[in-house]
Amino acid sequence: MFRIIVLAGALAMGPAAAAQEAPVTDAQIAHIAYTAGQLDVEAGRQALAKTTDPEVRAFAETMVRDHAAVNEQALALVGRLNVTPEANPVSAALTEQAAATHARLAGLEGEAFDRAYVQNEVAFHRTVNEALSGTLIPSAQNAELKALLETGLELFRAHQAHAEQLGAQ
Amino acid sequence: MRPGLSRRSVLAGAAALAVAPAPPAATPARTHTIVMERMRFGPSPEGLRIGDTIVWVNRDPVRHTATARDGAFDVDLAPRASGRTVIRKAGTIPYICRLHPAMTGRLVVAP
Ligand SMILES: [Cu+2]
Repeated sequence: MFRIIVLAGALAMGPAAAAQEAPVTDAQIAHIAYTAGQLDVEAGRQALAKTTDPEVRAFAETMVRDHAAVNEQALALVGRLNVTPEANPVSAALTEQAAATHARLAGLEGEAFDRAYVQNEVAFHRTVNEALSGTLIPSAQNAELKALLETGLELFRAHQAHAEQLGAQ
Repeated sequence: MRPGLSRRSVLAGAAALAVAPAPPAATPARTHTIVMERMRFGPSPEGLRIGDTIVWVNRDPVRHTATARDGAFDVDLAPRASGRTVIRKAGTIPYICRLHPAMTGRLVVAP
């Protein structure tokens, strides 16, 4: 729980505060967005290895397909812009939290796994949506990076809605 | 029997004889575009008729589908790809993206 609060605090930092205390550069923003996508691809792969529920499988397949596709675009973009994604505390916090979730879910089976996976997908997408709309998009300097993040935000919102719909069943 | 209808059929018959391959439709079939962008279907075109074509354009970096809920069509679109559907029946045809259930729309086709 403590870790989630720290992460939320780090992610929820407004653009003004971010500029003063911990400048978020395009190189860092690219790293955070790419990391978030990659972590959700890995979570989807874990789900595909464990679940037999057809709707959860379809959802996980969409997570893997969509985030892999967007990250491919992100890599092409940073290559074109000559930006090298730069590791930072927010990426590290996301990665650490995802590792803990992965370990917890590894111990679950069947419906218990499905429920925990879907619940975590709702929470994960919500956290990333807040980071994108509150900090990352307003801080992005490059117009193409900003546009890709805006598309990413709509994607994460659609995924969150999909996960919420699954969770309500 | 309504006289107007019969006169129209005669005219349509004459037109079909004059230009053999053209369908005897009152209005020529049209092509409409629906854009899929930022995880939404763009607005549905007005005045759709049987025989019209819908061109689906996916501008997103992810795959989408345009799938009629009643199975009338199912177009699978890779990122940045486009595909087409010919309208075969009248009425309201709701559709979704099978991969993103929050994406929905509907075609309204004149009888
Ligand atoms: Cu879709």
